[in-house]
Amino acid sequence: MIRLPLVLMFSALLFSAGVYGVLARRNAIMVLMAIELMLNAVNVNLVAFAALLQQMTGQVFALFVIAVAAAEVGIGLAIVILLFRTRESINVDEVNLLKW
Amino acid sequence: MNVLAAEGEVAFKATTNGIWFVEHAWIVVLLPLVSAALILFLGSRTPGKGAVYGITAVGAAFVFSIGGLWHFVEGGGPFEGSIDWFTIGPLHLELGVLVDGLTAVMLVVVTAVSLAVHVYSLGYMHGDERFTWFYVVLSLFTAAMLTVVVSNNLIQLLVGWEVMGICSYLLIGHWWEVKENSDAAIKAFITTRVGDVPFMFGIIALIAVTGFTTTNIGEVSHELGLGEVSPLFVSVAALLLFGGTVGKSAQFPLHVWLPDAMAGPTPVSALIHAATMVAAGVYLIGRLFEVFLLADEWVLTVVSIVAAITALGAALLAIVQDDIKRVLAYSTLSQLAYMVAGLSLGELGLTAGFFHLFTHAFFKALLFLCAGSVIHAVHSNNMSEMGGLRKYMPITFWTMLIGSLALAGIIPLAGFWSKDELLVVAHEEHATWLFVVFLVTAVITAFYTMRMVMLTFFGEYEGEAHPHESPKTMTGPLIALAAATIGVGLLGAPQLNAVFGKWVFFEEIHEAVFVPWIAGLSTAGALLGLAAGYVLYRERKARDPLQAPMGPAWNLLQNRYYIDEFYMRAIVRPVRDTWSAGVNWFNQVVLDGIVDGAAVVTRWVAQLVAWFDRTVIDGAVNGAGEVAGRTGNALRYLQSGNVQWYAVGLFVGVIALAVVFIRVV
Repeated sequence: MIRLPLVLMFSALLFSAGVYGVLARRNAIMVLMAIELMLNAVNVNLVAFAALLQQMTGQVFALFVIAVAAAEVGIGLAIVILLFRTRESINVDEVNLLKW
Repeated sequence: MNVLAAEGEVAFKATTNGIWFVEHAWIVVLLPLVSAALILFLGSRTPGKGAVYGITAVGAAFVFSIGGLWHFVEGGGPFEGSIDWFTIGPLHLELGVLVDGLTAVMLVVVTAVSLAVHVYSLGYMHGDERFTWFYVVLSLFTAAMLTVVVSNNLIQLLVGWEVMGICSYLLIGHWWEVKENSDAAIKAFITTRVGDVPFMFGIIALIAVTGFTTTNIGEVSHELGLGEVSPLFVSVAALLLFGGTVGKSAQFPLHVWLPDAMAGPTPVSALIHAATMVAAGVYLIGRLFEVFLLADEWVLTVVSIVAAITALGAALLAIVQDDIKRVLAYSTLSQLAYMVAGLSLGELGLTAGFFHLFTHAFFKALLFLCAGSVIHAVHSNNMSEMGGLRKYMPITFWTMLIGSLALAGIIPLAGFWSKDELLVVAHEEHATWLFVVFLVTAVITAFYTMRMVMLTFFGEYEGEAHPHESPKTMTGPLIALAAATIGVGLLGAPQLNAVFGKWVFFEEIHEAVFVPWIAGLSTAGALLGLAAGYVLYRERKARDPLQAPMGPAWNLLQNRYYIDEFYMRAIVRPVRDTWSAGVNWFNQVVLDGIVDGAAVVTRWVAQLVAWFDRTVIDGAVNGAGEVAGRTGNALRYLQSGNVQWYAVGLFVGVIALAVVFIRVV
């Protein structure tokens, strides 16, 4: 059995990669994908602790997160498509109308 | 307790046929009041200009009053009832009626004369431009007088008293276009006011006796009767109350307004200035008789001296008058003084005095209405422009003759019985000097009465007009009052059981006594006066036959003892020219200065407050807005619109919180 600290470290790395992607990427699709990375990092954590504690709760919660993430990607991609249609671009730096 | 205290000494019948009218005496007061309102609002739109309301209401009131008197004819007792009015602190005021024999008699007198005058005015005031208004005030006056009569407490009495005063003022000045008339109205109002002010203080003194808890006359009298109040206090209160009588009943030295009040229409003179309002002063003494009896003796002495001066002085003045109404006015003064003098003699005098008030009201109203009828015919008040009217106006002549003989005191007419009773009482109370005054005044009264009749109805007509008998609306009341003049005297005739004394008495009934020699003496005096009048004025002369023999005394009388002159010089002019100017200066300089100064100070304070408001309060409000605006302006650049920067903030915040929670907490 894989030891828990290794799994947690993996999860933390995955989450950090996601944070980096959300904050640093200019492409909106890449941002969405980075969000997926963060969600999956959480899922890994949930499943790992479920295995450790021999409880089903974490696994069920992970399934919910996957379902919600799928819905979120659907909405997010729709927004990106609309954005592209109006602005001919999906660069998030250019989407800054809502300011002072 | 006033006349009520007769309980125990006199057995009253519990129920009588008239009890309903006594218990509902307030209706009698309300009727003329309602009619006054009706005439005021509907009068000019009613056929006959509204007089019909007044006549109906007063007629009904008369019937009710007769019903009320019947209760006492049958031997019923007094009745008192009241409703709450309002309360000031401990002082509890009520609206109430107190009906005893005295009240019942007064109700009949007032409503009877008022009814006669209401009917008579139909003819006398016909075509007058303020006919409707005249009837309004006439009805209102009747209501006020009835209020005074039935009132069971002092404040209600005062209200009626003052309303009468204002009605008198309005009616004297009815033809105000003529300066003398409005002057006379003002004179009457102000002169009576001089008496009314002490009267009001007298009332306050009486209320003070009860510790300011009630104004009920019975309770006040009861409180006084306990004897815990110092006699001096009661004496002063009685004297103050007598001030009201002196003003309203025109006794010396406030008598000057009554002769001038003859400027009003003659029916008004008959109702207000002969039969009712001037009698209210006498009624007041009777209603508050307890106060006068409990006061020191000198108070009643003062009362009798004032009355004696008035009786004799006014009778003498009546001799020299040319204006027929002024003759009657001075006669009224003199006869009112008879009543007041009678009351000053004590319990016996109360019955006698009020009997004279009762008879006098009828025959003096009759005389005034006759005089009005004459004036209506010849368009002049002056007897020098009359004469020989006997042929032209027989009804007026005969009724006036009856009234005159009653005034002179000829048996069996009204005046004889009442004057005789006063003489008897004066004799019984050993008031010899008053007896002499009564007798001498009676002689003079007979004399000027005869002079008036001779100058008016005998000889040849001297005037320019075409005299004619008055219409039926005027002669009707004359005949009715003449009948009353013949009849009412018998109510007090000792030979006929003197029923009047069983209605009006103080504490216990006194049998009226008939003293033959006194009756003989008064009749002889009256006949002497009449004979002298007849002899002197049988032939008309250009100058009055008395003028030459009387010499300077004639001038003294013509100038009314110079009392009016004295008042003008000693009071009116100094007040008007000196005090008024001083008061005016005080008002203009001092009072206005205070008021203006207050305004200036107020402006200063207001400006200070305005500065504070604009600077400090507004500054705080605006400053708060300014600070918020500037802060927002500085911070708004954080809102860059770049979502990723917001996310950076979010993560930094989460990490910071994590550090805080892990390391610190």
